[in-house]
Amino acid sequence: MSVKEIIDRCEEIFEDLNFTYAREWKVAEDGRKVVGYMPVYVPNEIIHAAGMLPIGILGGGDAMEVIHGDAYYQSYICRIPRSTVELGIMKNLDFVDGMLFPSICDVIRNLSGVWKLLFPEVYARYFDTPQNFRSDIGGEFYKNDLQELREGLEKLGGREITDDDLRNSIQVYNENRDWVRKVYQFRSDQPWKVPASEVYLLMRAGEILTPEDHTQMMKDYLAAVENEERRMKDNCRVVLNGSFCEQPPLGLVKSIELAGCYVVDDDYMMINRMITEDIPTDGDPLLNLSEAFLKHSLDLASKFEPSEEKKGKFIVELVRARGAEGVIFSAPSFCDPALLDQPMLAHVLDDANIPYISFQYAENSGQMQPIREQAGTFADSIKLWSAA
Amino acid sequence: MSNDNNPEVKKDTSMLKQKEMIAGNYEKLTNAKELGLKTSSTFVPGNLNELTRCFDIVNNLPEINALGNAMRKQSGAMISDAEKMGHSEDVCTYVKADIGMMAKGNIAPNGKPMPNPDMLLLSYTGCYTFLKWFELLREQYKCPTVMLHVPYQGDGKGQITQSMRDYVVKQIKEEVIPTMEQVSGVKFDIDKLRELMRNSAKAEDNLVWVLQSAKKKPSPIDGYFGAVYYIGPIFSAFRGTTDAVEFYDLLRGEIQERTDKGLGPVTPDGEMGKEKYRLVTEGPPNWTNFREFWKMFYDEGAVCVASSYSKVGGVYDYDGFRHDPENPIESLAEYCLGCYTNRNLPERTKMMADYIEDYEADGLLINSIKSCNSFAAGELLMLREVENLTGKPGAFIETDLVDPRYFSPANVKNRLESYFQMIEQKRQAA
Ligand code: SF4
Ligand code: SF4
Repeated sequence: MSVKEIIDRCEEIFEDLNFTYAREWKVAEDGRKVVGYMPVYVPNEIIHAAGMLPIGILGGGDAMEVIHGDAYYQSYICRIPRSTVELGIMKNLDFVDGMLFPSICDVIRNLSGVWKLLFPEVYARYFDTPQNFRSDIGGEFYKNDLQELREGLEKLGGREITDDDLRNSIQVYNENRDWVRKVYQFRSDQPWKVPASEVYLLMRAGEILTPEDHTQMMKDYLAAVENEERRMKDNCRVVLNGSFCEQPPLGLVKSIELAGCYVVDDDYMMINRMITEDIPTDGDPLLNLSEAFLKHSLDLASKFEPSEEKKGKFIVELVRARGAEGVIFSAPSFCDPALLDQPMLAHVLDDANIPYISFQYAENSGQMQPIREQAGTFADSIKLWSAA
Repeated sequence: MSNDNNPEVKKDTSMLKQKEMIAGNYEKLTNAKELGLKTSSTFVPGNLNELTRCFDIVNNLPEINALGNAMRKQSGAMISDAEKMGHSEDVCTYVKADIGMMAKGNIAPNGKPMPNPDMLLLSYTGCYTFLKWFELLREQYKCPTVMLHVPYQGDGKGQITQSMRDYVVKQIKEEVIPTMEQVSGVKFDIDKLRELMRNSAKAEDNLVWVLQSAKKKPSPIDGYFGAVYYIGPIFSAFRGTTDAVEFYDLLRGEIQERTDKGLGPVTPDGEMGKEKYRLVTEGPPNWTNFREFWKMFYDEGAVCVASSYSKVGGVYDYDGFRHDPENPIESLAEYCLGCYTNRNLPERTKMMADYIEDYEADGLLINSIKSCNSFAAGELLMLREVENLTGKPGAFIETDLVDPRYFSPANVKNRLESYFQMIEQKRQAA
């Protein structure tokens, strides 16, 4: 398949708010179930081990008109809960058998209750991750939490989830994460070959496709893009931070690049990158999932950093590892976790002499011009600065 | 919670006592160095006041400083300072008021600067913003910061699982207590904790009695605006003290007297007129225009008989929780897990509907706070559900806690007036 064919397919999946792929997957065999999850992270391995399809619900984007959702959310709350409620009310999600709401902020947390009230027939679970990272404290709690999720899904699916099922799914996702890392590495090595919008669409597709299909797609993409003739531009290299939940419109992802920035790392799709190392496939699978989160997961605004010295340092390390020249903070309006984290990250960047800019967006932002101008000025100033 | 600008006009003995207690705590805080005392900052929901006191650590509550500064009309400038320092307009204004206060030298209400805290106790209960708030403070103070992660009651049904309880207990035993021992140099004494918790339970009994006195008609108290003053000691630095026990004894006596005389609530303008409307309220009050806001209610004869805000630092009435000296650590865990905003939306909704029934209220009024996703996200659905469950009309107003830019008196007054009319119409139709 050519790059164009793959990306066209991704775009089709991205634009399809009716989730045809997932619907078709569901009816292809009797008894199949689909479980939706909100950003940022849930252990997809358990859903997969239950024989179910996990799909990411990331709001309605800029194509959907929100009519009902606004009656559920005040104007000073971000957009993702209202467009997600809209998807629910408009029956776009009527095939979804379960919904998981990760512990990321009070909005998603309360949305778990909204879902229970609006759709009582759907299995809706608030999914907690620990803020204590000791195996014997946070780990114990988290293992129980994972076990409760496992039991909930067993009930929903009407079948047991064995340890071997889990081990097998861990293996599937290890491979998936490995290819995700390869894509990111490839982009960092040759960003002119892999535009940010393509990586974005490729990763968005991973929120809908089975992990097996998604892994294959990434393999195909990397094979195809190797041979693509794409011209290297005089762009600066930036890391993007703050977009881990409500997503910017695709136009914004493209605008940053058009303005002269190669995005060499980002936090758009955390789910397939949250765990940074292979999870062991032997031993107790829930213990392994738990330890992976405690010991090998990315830093994120909604995760407590126990050490003051380490707070925010990840961004400097990322900038260095990717050979980036600056950081773009790009966060949804009204997003407490991203916006309150930002000043601390900015201080760390100041100390390391790394330039940054910031802007806010909403999933339905229409006007890209100001953002393009801001990013363009930033790129120019970085070039001037490095030339000096 | 109360401060110098106490909303009530007539100084009851209990009120004078509370004033003294608060002033005393600020004195202790601002003189901590000279007195050789250690200080800790923490949050109202899930605060471990009895435990902190076991180590002679003085408690500072930034939320209360923020609301106090708002009542003294100082928070606006503090928020704008924080915004100038790079904080977004969109985020929780409590955090910005606190950061702005820090930038202005952390001056306590007694005019003296507060010392930098010796520790931050991040009681992570019912609000995600707490996490960012204390990371921001830690950046400045560089002091030991202990996270007490209290899992959310996501699956509700009043369920606290054994795993949640064990998780909190273990953190208290293995993270919180050792940090407090280290910071204070005092060895943990469980018997002291038991003794303090015995005091807590006594005060809690009386607090519940006072709050439930609003079931009477007319209600002798206002369970929202007035309750700010009733919950003051128990939600702040005094739970577990003999002072708090005395305060609630006095308060109960005073309310008993009002009930015996068939009196309504006391307001900043004196006795309230005839009780015309009984409301249940959801959400914190606005602090920048507290009196003006309250006046819009009592001028119309509206009394708030029950509120969710008076449960923010502990729900003692709804399911009868008391601190239990026999199982002190477990009971602290239970307390943290049970705070109002740590309960999920369906349960909060049911609680509001139950209050309407139990207090024979006319309906639910939601004061939705721009800053506060913890309360506000989902409130519009809550309103609708409570209306369906009770058949009583509800109303929705929007203000902010401590940002004066978001209090629009004309809008709020209009909304309230049409709500009262709606209640009248409903009565006539019945
Ligand atoms: S965009 Fe931010 S505030 Fe909104 S739901 Fe996501 S994390 Fe929460
Ligand atoms: S979001 Fe609400 S509960 Fe949390 S700190 Fe702000 S005002 Fe308090």
